[in-house]
Amino acid sequence: MTAAAIALEGVTVAYGERLVLRDVDLAIGRGELVAVIGPNGAGKSTLLRAATGLVAPAAGRILVDGEPVRGLDRAAVARRIAVVPQVAALPFSARVEEVVALGRVPHEDPIRGPRPSDRAAVAAAIERVGLGHLLGRDARELSQGERQLVLVGVAVAQAAATMLLDEPTIHLDLRHQVQTMELLADLNERDGTTTVAVLHDLALAAAFFPRLVLVADGRVVADGAPAWVLAPERIRDVFGVDPALVRLPAPV
Amino acid sequence: MTTPTTTRAPALGGLPLAVRVRPRTRAWRLAVVGIAVAVAACILGIVLGTVTVPVADTLAVLVDHLVPGATSSVSATTDAIVWDLRVPRVLTALVVGTALAVAGATFQGLLRNPLADPYVLGTASGAALGAAIAVLVPVRFAIVGFGLVQVLAFAGALLAVTAVYRLSRIGGLSPLTSLLLTGYAVGSLLAAGLAMAMYLSGAALRTIFGFLLGGFEASSWERLAGVLPLIAIGTVLIAVRARSLNALLLGEESAMHLGVDVRRERTILLALASLVTAAAVTVSGLIGFVGLVVPHVVRLIVGPNARAVIPLSALWGANLMLLSDLVARLLGDVPVGVVTAAIGAPFFLVVLRSARAGYEL
Repeated sequence: MTAAAIALEGVTVAYGERLVLRDVDLAIGRGELVAVIGPNGAGKSTLLRAATGLVAPAAGRILVDGEPVRGLDRAAVARRIAVVPQVAALPFSARVEEVVALGRVPHEDPIRGPRPSDRAAVAAAIERVGLGHLLGRDARELSQGERQLVLVGVAVAQAAATMLLDEPTIHLDLRHQVQTMELLADLNERDGTTTVAVLHDLALAAAFFPRLVLVADGRVVADGAPAWVLAPERIRDVFGVDPALVRLPAPV
Repeated sequence: MTTPTTTRAPALGGLPLAVRVRPRTRAWRLAVVGIAVAVAACILGIVLGTVTVPVADTLAVLVDHLVPGATSSVSATTDAIVWDLRVPRVLTALVVGTALAVAGATFQGLLRNPLADPYVLGTASGAALGAAIAVLVPVRFAIVGFGLVQVLAFAGALLAVTAVYRLSRIGGLSPLTSLLLTGYAVGSLLAAGLAMAMYLSGAALRTIFGFLLGGFEASSWERLAGVLPLIAIGTVLIAVRARSLNALLLGEESAMHLGVDVRRERTILLALASLVTAAAVTVSGLIGFVGLVVPHVVRLIVGPNARAVIPLSALWGANLMLLSDLVARLLGDVPVGVVTAAIGAPFFLVVLRSARAGYEL
């Protein structure tokens, strides 16, 4: 059996006194397409931060490709896991291709800088994500949907087998939400990118992700197919809303 | 694995691409022009001055000192003016400009703040206060040219920038505003410290006043030799960490995800930028705005890539300082800080206007 891309084993994370994750067990297999859902403050973002070793667990352990994340240096983690942040701010103006090129930072020679292979990877990422029409533009002057694409482009240029996304659709209108989801599905299907996305929109999660992980109050309370995870009684319990308000797509 | 049945977005179509290569040629052009300007500014700086020395005599002095065995009939006075005053002064302006611009580029990238520079952050004032305290301390020691002045200037710079950095991270203000306000507050405190040092100084008043005023009048080979290695090594060590500065463009957390140990790199880069700032301040005193202006202009031309921004800032920082000192001398030896402030302060306001609060991507 090959090791999971990411495995959390009995992970507990505390910020001060507050337990944000409690005894979480979660294995993400290679090539999976997983959405993490749950109410605000449930610990979804912390789950991602723990998976990349940004926060150290108070208990339990985290494995990336079967290796403890604590034993890997940041660059080694970055070559395995790319993270698309919720927001990114640029202090200086930068062209789209310059931003995408930042994805090569973990691969570059620290002294000599990018090699031809790095430049090729940037060009490939630009083509793969469909950023060609944005080249030369100042990344700070793009629309929200275009920014999201650029950030995904950075992650694609990073060429990591696993991509984590923290609420990639939060600022997007419906068309760009769907466009982003389709891009993720395509990257997963054609390139085999293991993808874990934190999502708020349950309908979007159910439509595009074959596996949902429902997190509430720091625990994984359900993990499986959308139809099962999003059972009406669970939506009522976890989100505290009438399940009739959540319109889910018919099971595929 | 289920696939969504909706149509693919047009963005996935794989447009035929002529991916534009980053205009690295611009960086090379800026470098070539920069070197030409530096050579011209050095020559002008050595030829021009309050005492008129014929160009032929100036050249003869340089040949005397640079070509082994050459001797000419130039008078000892002329020789002293050219070789002991002007050449060290020009070279000091060159390394100080380099140091301040590199420190400014580093602070701006590290703190992700377009308004950061050694002057605004209080680093330079911290160094000046440290140097002033060293002047007041009656004990003297020196190891291979690095004396108490350099050590305390470095300590002062490091303390000041650390204090500003830490204080600016608490409180609810935007990072841009809080860094400026803390820099102002810490800077005011350091200015008070400098005033106190001057009050206590007695015979050393002129030396301490020299730190405050800023300039290259007191340049000498000896003082240059004391800081040149520090600035050269510091600049190289910063330049080879360009990768970390690049990763920080997207934010500290993103930099971590791009494989940079942000905490370690921040410590190293703050220390190196403080080191080159302190070294510069010990020979030239406080000269503002070079560290602010130069990196911005360089970025405007070659983009934000630190691999190009750091070396080009070094080169053009040297140029701006050489030319400012030249202008200062031609205006009748006004303090060079007056010239850099006349260029830099309006520039600061322009950057402030254009710096958007969130600068979100």
